[in-house]
Amino acid sequence: MISDAPVLQQSSEPVESAAAPSRLSRYARPVLGLLLPATLALAWELVVWLGWSNGRLVPPPSRVFAAIADLARSGELLRHIAATLWRVGLGFAFGVVAGTLLGAISGYWSLARRLLDPTVQALRAIPSLAWVPLFILWLGIFETSKIALIAAGVFFPVYLGVMGAILSVDRKIVEVGRTFRLSGFAMIRRILLPAVLPAYVVSLRVGLGLGWMFVVAAELIGASEGLGYLLLDGQQLGKPAQILAAIVIFAILGKLTDWLIELAAAPFLRWQDAFSRTKGA
Amino acid sequence: MLALDRVSKTYPNGVEALARFSAEIGQGEIIAIIGGSGCGKSTLLRAIAGLDRASSGTVTLDSEVIASPHAKIGIIFQEPRLLPWLSVADNIGFGIADLPASERREKVARALERVGLADKARAWPRELSGGQAQRVAIARALVPQPEVLLLDEPFSALDAFTRRDLQDHLLDLWADTRPTLILVTHDVDEAVVLADRVLVMRPRPGRLFDQIEINLTRPRDRNSPLFETFKRSVLTSLDRSLDRNVPDRDATQGPGQAMWW
Ligand SMILES: Nc1ncnc2c1ncn2[C@@H]1O[C@H](COP(=O)(O)OP(=O)(O)OP(=O)(O)O)[C@@H](O)[C@H]1O
Ligand SMILES: [Mg+2]
Repeated sequence: MISDAPVLQQSSEPVESAAAPSRLSRYARPVLGLLLPATLALAWELVVWLGWSNGRLVPPPSRVFAAIADLARSGELLRHIAATLWRVGLGFAFGVVAGTLLGAISGYWSLARRLLDPTVQALRAIPSLAWVPLFILWLGIFETSKIALIAAGVFFPVYLGVMGAILSVDRKIVEVGRTFRLSGFAMIRRILLPAVLPAYVVSLRVGLGLGWMFVVAAELIGASEGLGYLLLDGQQLGKPAQILAAIVIFAILGKLTDWLIELAAAPFLRWQDAFSRTKGA
Repeated sequence: MLALDRVSKTYPNGVEALARFSAEIGQGEIIAIIGGSGCGKSTLLRAIAGLDRASSGTVTLDSEVIASPHAKIGIIFQEPRLLPWLSVADNIGFGIADLPASERREKVARALERVGLADKARAWPRELSGGQAQRVAIARALVPQPEVLLLDEPFSALDAFTRRDLQDHLLDLWADTRPTLILVTHDVDEAVVLADRVLVMRPRPGRLFDQIEINLTRPRDRNSPLFETFKRSVLTSLDRSLDRNVPDRDATQGPGQAMWW
């Protein structure tokens, strides 16, 4: 205790002065990031408003928002969003369940890993979009093939994330569990699960990102509703504002769902949040 | 009583880490194990803890053969090995999860008090200094009240000042329930401050070389002349153990051990 005092006194000043700019930058950073796109959007709005460009191919923000408002008013927007969300949600769920199960099995049993992992790695090497024709032949042009494609996209990062996380659990910490005589199940619940959770959340977020990518691919291939359909429809009918509207909504939904995962995981990852904060700085 | 009967360990790669190590350790005794690097000290401790199985020979605690981790045997490693996702209090209570919550809380609170970290109960392990983290590890191992506590170089990563502090602290905690302590160390000072008996090991293969009783009353004065004498005799023995020309004293070792060409 006595020895702590001088150390604290010494360090108190640099710590405070270091904390001030970091607190500032926590708010300043997102604002800084918004500066460029906001300026560009505003400038383009001005250019079109002044009549220097007709903005037909690249509609200004106001027209994009008008397109969104139109779609929303007719109820179309909600229908498309619901269709897309449903597909992503279902595909994500299947992909996560399969990826988690197989990843956990491969990570936990080395025999299963030797049997399973080479095949999965080989399949992973195939660009997932190459499966599209086969999925359509097998599962038809409707929902099933779309959801299968999304699930396949989600599966690989989750599988790899879970397996890698289990393989890299610190043997020394597992040993702590052993000295307290944890049974197989208690070892999983009290040591393995918490240890793999951070990597698992990351793999879920990567998987979700791929899910959004693949829903676009799936809906571009053939759909009568969904945000991807709005893209295609906008292209065929020459409505760039509608395309941009769909893109904006994709961005918002992608960010929102990603944030939901982060939010749901946050209470379980509180023990490491200071670490990720310093890592982000 | 803890009895080690010709405990041997040969690793799969052929290294004979431990050869017929025998010792009897009374309940409440404090043993320090000292010896050159690679002479099988950690191997011995892990065999007693039931973490690794001996290739031959037996470890028995009160006539019960130890083959896997046992409730009466606790271990503290060189690193604290705290679980980063549990608060300090939950780390300390990790080994008594089956107890009713109220009893657990009470024991954890008492242990926190005892190691002087009551104000850190809700802190995360990453927020602790090395010495504090090792104190939490000691509390975690002591809370289930083991009869035997094994310590593998528990203070070697700490600075000299913190190390002394924790040595005194360990003796304090030991006095509460008087478990058997078996402590591996490289620090002769530490061995003489803590131990009733110092076991000196020698390598290739790892075996017992010498035993030195430390007949000093506690608390021990690190600056007394008698303390120096014991230190010197441990050092001398340690030097001899590393000298290949000195034959083994222990007659139970097999033939050929004393050859020194
Ligand atoms: N898992 C293992 N596999 C193979 N050989 C091992 C293993 N662990 C230890 N050894 C070998 O066994 C011998 C004894 O190792 P051990 O860790 O018990 O020594 P130690 O006395 O604790 O040494 P130190 O003081 O450096 O910690 C060494 O020669 C070491 O190389
Ligand atoms: Mg060792």
